[in-house]
Amino acid sequence: MRYLPLTETDREDMLARIGVPDVDALFSDVPNGKLLREPLDLPRAKGELEVERILGKLSAKNTAAGAVPFFVGAGAYKHHVPATVDHLIQRSEFLTSYTPYQPEIAQGTLQYLFEFQTQVAALTGMEVANASMYDGSTGTAEAVLMAHRVTRRRKAVLSGGLHPHYTQVVETLSEMASDEVVALKPDVRATEDILAAIDDSVSCVVVQSPDVFGNLRDLRPIADKAHAHGALLIAVFTEVVSLGAVTPPGAQDADIVVGEGQSIGNALNFGGPYVGLFAAKSKYIRQMPGRLCGETVDADGRRGFVLTLSTREQHIRRDKATSNICTNSGLCVLAFTIHMTLLGQAGLTRLAEVNHANAVKLADALAGVKGVEVVNESFFNEFTLKLSKPAAEVVEAMAAKGILAGVPASRLKPGAGLDDLLIVANTEVNTDEDRAAFARALTEVLA
Amino acid sequence: MLNRQGRPSQAGEGASERHETFTGNRALQQIEPLIFEIGHHESTGVDIDKPAPFKNRLGKHARQGEIGLPGLSEPETMRHYVRLSQKNYGIDTGLFPLGSCTMKHNARLNEKVARLPGFSDVHPLQPVSTVPGALDVMLELAHYLMTLTGMPAVALSPKAGAHGEACGMMAIKAAIAAKGEGATRNVVLVPESAHGTNPATAALIGFSVKSVPARDDGTVAVEDVKALLGPDVAAIMLTNPNTCGIFEPQIVEIAAAMHEAGAYFYCDGANFNAIVGKARPGDLGVDAMHINLHKTFSTPHGGGGPGAGPVVLSERLAPYAPVPFIHVEGGKSRLVEHKADAPEGNDPFGRMTAFHGQMGMYVRALAYMLSHGSDGMKQASEDAVLNANYIRAGLADLMSLPFPDHPSMHEALFDDEWLKGTGVSTLDFAKAMIDEGYHPMTVYFPLVVHGAMLIEPTESESKASLDLFIATLRDLAIAAKGNDKSRFTAAPHHAPIRRLDETRAARQPVLKWEKPVPVKDAAE
Repeated sequence: MRYLPLTETDREDMLARIGVPDVDALFSDVPNGKLLREPLDLPRAKGELEVERILGKLSAKNTAAGAVPFFVGAGAYKHHVPATVDHLIQRSEFLTSYTPYQPEIAQGTLQYLFEFQTQVAALTGMEVANASMYDGSTGTAEAVLMAHRVTRRRKAVLSGGLHPHYTQVVETLSEMASDEVVALKPDVRATEDILAAIDDSVSCVVVQSPDVFGNLRDLRPIADKAHAHGALLIAVFTEVVSLGAVTPPGAQDADIVVGEGQSIGNALNFGGPYVGLFAAKSKYIRQMPGRLCGETVDADGRRGFVLTLSTREQHIRRDKATSNICTNSGLCVLAFTIHMTLLGQAGLTRLAEVNHANAVKLADALAGVKGVEVVNESFFNEFTLKLSKPAAEVVEAMAAKGILAGVPASRLKPGAGLDDLLIVANTEVNTDEDRAAFARALTEVLA
Repeated sequence: MLNRQGRPSQAGEGASERHETFTGNRALQQIEPLIFEIGHHESTGVDIDKPAPFKNRLGKHARQGEIGLPGLSEPETMRHYVRLSQKNYGIDTGLFPLGSCTMKHNARLNEKVARLPGFSDVHPLQPVSTVPGALDVMLELAHYLMTLTGMPAVALSPKAGAHGEACGMMAIKAAIAAKGEGATRNVVLVPESAHGTNPATAALIGFSVKSVPARDDGTVAVEDVKALLGPDVAAIMLTNPNTCGIFEPQIVEIAAAMHEAGAYFYCDGANFNAIVGKARPGDLGVDAMHINLHKTFSTPHGGGGPGAGPVVLSERLAPYAPVPFIHVEGGKSRLVEHKADAPEGNDPFGRMTAFHGQMGMYVRALAYMLSHGSDGMKQASEDAVLNANYIRAGLADLMSLPFPDHPSMHEALFDDEWLKGTGVSTLDFAKAMIDEGYHPMTVYFPLVVHGAMLIEPTESESKASLDLFIATLRDLAIAAKGNDKSRFTAAPHHAPIRRLDETRAARQPVLKWEKPVPVKDAAE
């Protein structure tokens, strides 16, 4: 077996040194009759070539985003990732290292975490950011718990523009912890009266912008009303590229900001691994979940970095910890931070501009198709179409024509009267030909 | 220049007189500033054409002002991150005996196949009809996990071990609620030796935690568990093999006692790598167990993630598994994404994450399983256990074993009894290992052992590598006992950086880079 260095002779020598007759003697604590003698009923070891063939065949059964005109978003986005990113994250010293518990030999990881935290704080306009969560959805649930700790209240109000899967993740955790959730109904045109739901019993209001239907939301009035009632505003985004073009939540007085960072540096991966971004006002740092990297000095006075404020964390505080999170999204953080370093403010602003320009072109092209209404007043790189036929059927028909047209809103929340809505994303990867093909096929399908 | 905290803001400042070089560099060890100190706001490492003029639809939401992020050109970016990488220790660098963390070899085949476009470039919400191969991977992985654990169901979506713990405990909570005992069964038993994630998870989802004392031999005794059982107990969270590296000898009795009392047995599967192909949790009475794919099945740790924490479930808990999952009926598979679509008899407790979990990790883990096969996985467990016991045998005369009566499984645990009177602490000893070219073992965990040193070599080490490691630790142990104190207390001497002031980091947290301000302003 190519991964196992011990030879039979080694094993015999080692057993002799230990002083046991065979390896099963080392398993003597396994209760009687529970020790397996024969290998389990699974295939035997395979060479590299054969494994690659098997998985290559499975991969080939899927339609890759890059192979077709592709407009699917709603929480995960197809972007171009520079080749440098994937090369660097596969460096042994990054790929095969552990959480930086021994800072003297993990300064590489710690320094990029510090850079990442600074980048996320700058992008969101917040004072501090942590070293990542699993993804945007779990980060949102953790933000709600954090708000409960800060306000000592246990009721969250969720906007109807929040991604329905995020809503479900928050509801699941809240139900388990016996916390209250008020989830407003899906709000396609961003007309909900969320201010009316805020009173002195509310811990936090969770608002996504751009929302799941693509609408840009004005967070400032919500922050003001929340603060007047002693509640926090949790701002959520699923498309981090939008921050290159729109007013960041920090400039609108959000208290906690959570986002999905997949768009920068990370592939679609059928939903994971992704990287949750988590930022807050600095007065709340001791209630934050997750790892934090901080600057300090070594014995010679040289600058260095360590994991810090770990008295919040599970390995120290156990059942009093701010979260149970341990392993997070280290390598996805690295991919994010490298891509963001390549972009810089100049590149990110340009990337966002191209995304928006492409989405506007697509919206204009589709608005001319019979049976289509673009519902959004404002949007970034994603918007929602109201169709004359059920969106789920339209998407299947479009797929049959070789175009992945978007996400039917009913797939995210069935039975909520969203059947005629299609959420469409358009990034820098889409060409004019892609958009023309989309409009042509949609015309045919709706005819 | 000083920053707001009044400490050097330029790498090398304040230390230059201690170095023999003008730059502060030491050949391959380069001092590398932060990107914020080398990049510029107008620089970029990407070329993107400006779009033709268009009418913007951002409404009143267009960003005003600077973001405040520097960019770097591609060559600068490459050099920056390569230099950072050179300050890191990885499995590919050398033996990484971090107990409980399972730092085994990361095969590059697994990285290669995970990047196949049919896996990496597919969207979680594209039509299910366009991703049959992705569902096949999930079903195949599920089949392997269920077979290896002897359990009838698995929830794949949790994103890491602790997330898996939460998933398993939520299934238990849902099952308890379904029996109408939600109001009364709210206590979870957790041994003192448990990972911190266990009590944190139990608390996270509204249970209160009761501690089970550890016996003198490092195991949990069924009598101690029984003494705590009552109508208020929901479950026990027990790690097996436990955090002392011992297979819990009374695990079957403990499981039976839990079930008899109407409670559940959650097994922390962080150490499953010791028993893959040797024992099945399903045969031991486990109701739920998460599997860290990044430990047992070698998807890389990546400096702290991403992980993946699928949870295998017993027949009693399977109906409560969260969405999404794949339901197979009559040879046809169907992706169930909502409670309302769940097949008859299922009552999903909710959703753990936005999408389907860590597909990228599923592919890597499956590649590991296919490569090893049932024979190779069994051999890997045996070699991991053999290696740990070989290290133990090679050091037992010099270092002290807190639990000599049980064989070690995949990790050997020592305490600091043998360091008494030397003036050298466990931490000092660990830091001296860095100078010798090794990553230290896990230290001060488990908490039940004073000055714990938990050594997990994994199956990836050759005998020659183990022999050298043992010889090095013997040299160090003899030096520690022989009054060579400064070798330890001031270590590491040869790492890229010396011991760091963690107290200072926590007292005056500096969590991001700030533009340096001149000294006179900083003083104001």
